[in-house]
Amino acid sequence: MSHMLAAGGGTNLDADYSVAFFWILAVVAVGAGIAMVCVKQAVHCALMLAVVMLCLAAMYAMQGAPFLAFVQVIVYTGAVLMLFLFVMMLIGVSSADSLVETIKGQRLFAGLAGIGLVALLIVGIGHAAIGSAPKPGALQQADNLTGLAKLIFTTYVFPFEVTAALLITAALGAMVLAHRERTSPKPTQRDVARRKIASGQVAPEPPPGVYALHDAVDMPALLPDGTTTERSVSRAMTQRDIDLRRDPRGEVSADLEAGAKVAPELQLSPGGATPRSIIRAPRGASDGRANVSGTPSAPANGGSEPE
Amino acid sequence: MSPAHYIFLSVILFTIGAIGVLVRRNAIVIFMCIELMLNACNLAFVAFARMHGNLDGQVVAFFVMVVAAAEVVVGLAILMAIYRARRSASVDDASLLKY
Repeated sequence: MSHMLAAGGGTNLDADYSVAFFWILAVVAVGAGIAMVCVKQAVHCALMLAVVMLCLAAMYAMQGAPFLAFVQVIVYTGAVLMLFLFVMMLIGVSSADSLVETIKGQRLFAGLAGIGLVALLIVGIGHAAIGSAPKPGALQQADNLTGLAKLIFTTYVFPFEVTAALLITAALGAMVLAHRERTSPKPTQRDVARRKIASGQVAPEPPPGVYALHDAVDMPALLPDGTTTERSVSRAMTQRDIDLRRDPRGEVSADLEAGAKVAPELQLSPGGATPRSIIRAPRGASDGRANVSGTPSAPANGGSEPE
Repeated sequence: MSPAHYIFLSVILFTIGAIGVLVRRNAIVIFMCIELMLNACNLAFVAFARMHGNLDGQVVAFFVMVVAAAEVVVGLAILMAIYRARRSASVDDASLLKY
């Protein structure tokens, strides 16, 4: 790496390698660029742009601009593209482009304009006299970083200062634009408590998971009256079931069937109407069964104390 | 590789970005296509710098990167504000000034 940094204006890359690398990177970059325009999802578009940027970073390094190569990776691919991805997450990853043409013939004319532009530029540049690169050692600057620093802080010091003002303005502008004015007063602790009481649900939402047969976040909670509540399951889990073409309530209905099978045995303990001896009888025979029938009977018996 | 190859590559990438700006309707994707055009310009600047054997082109490419970062920050903030008002990132929906 220090080799490459010390190489100055040129690179110490072998000519054959440089040709091979150029064609590989060029094909990958152009392919990713075309895919970026054609792909429907905005996230895939960002990933394709990352491929193009990394290819360009490698090309900068091949052309004797190691500083720009690193800045390209750190600032562009690292910061700017991540900013794109953050905003994409904020306004919805699923914001896919509609493929309907809102203006008739827009794609056709855009393609024609693109062909015209590329033809114009290639003809123009083809007529220009583009010299070949000088030999790597023939440059005055010994070091890419030192040379850049000298230029930025001497010749280009005024644009550099203006850049600082631009960055501050951009940061302020982003803050002003992203700021949302509060239209209602901030709710106090008393307001929150009052709203909670008025809503009818003081306790927190029941957590998911039916504890007898399952213990999982995709199982709805069993309420005291024997029904399940969908509110306890995260909406993401329901959406995942729908995406995987599964019945979101499939496991639940299986559970309810199993519960129906157990129900006749629970009927043995209807509470105070049954003589106590019947309830107590199975305890000697099997502990597991006795627990099933014994537990619900305890609150039904009310004030009766066990011996 | 001669700098001409890099410059032709940058022309192709610039055109792809321009076509993307014309064709796509999602504002974020349009922004990304503009970034692609700026990157293509940077590649041409670096190639010219190598051709002339000095570093001025690289300094200009560096300034382009800084300006692009500022542009993205403000642009995405505007996009957020539009999305908050219209619940859509499509450029067709921001048509309040049209009629």
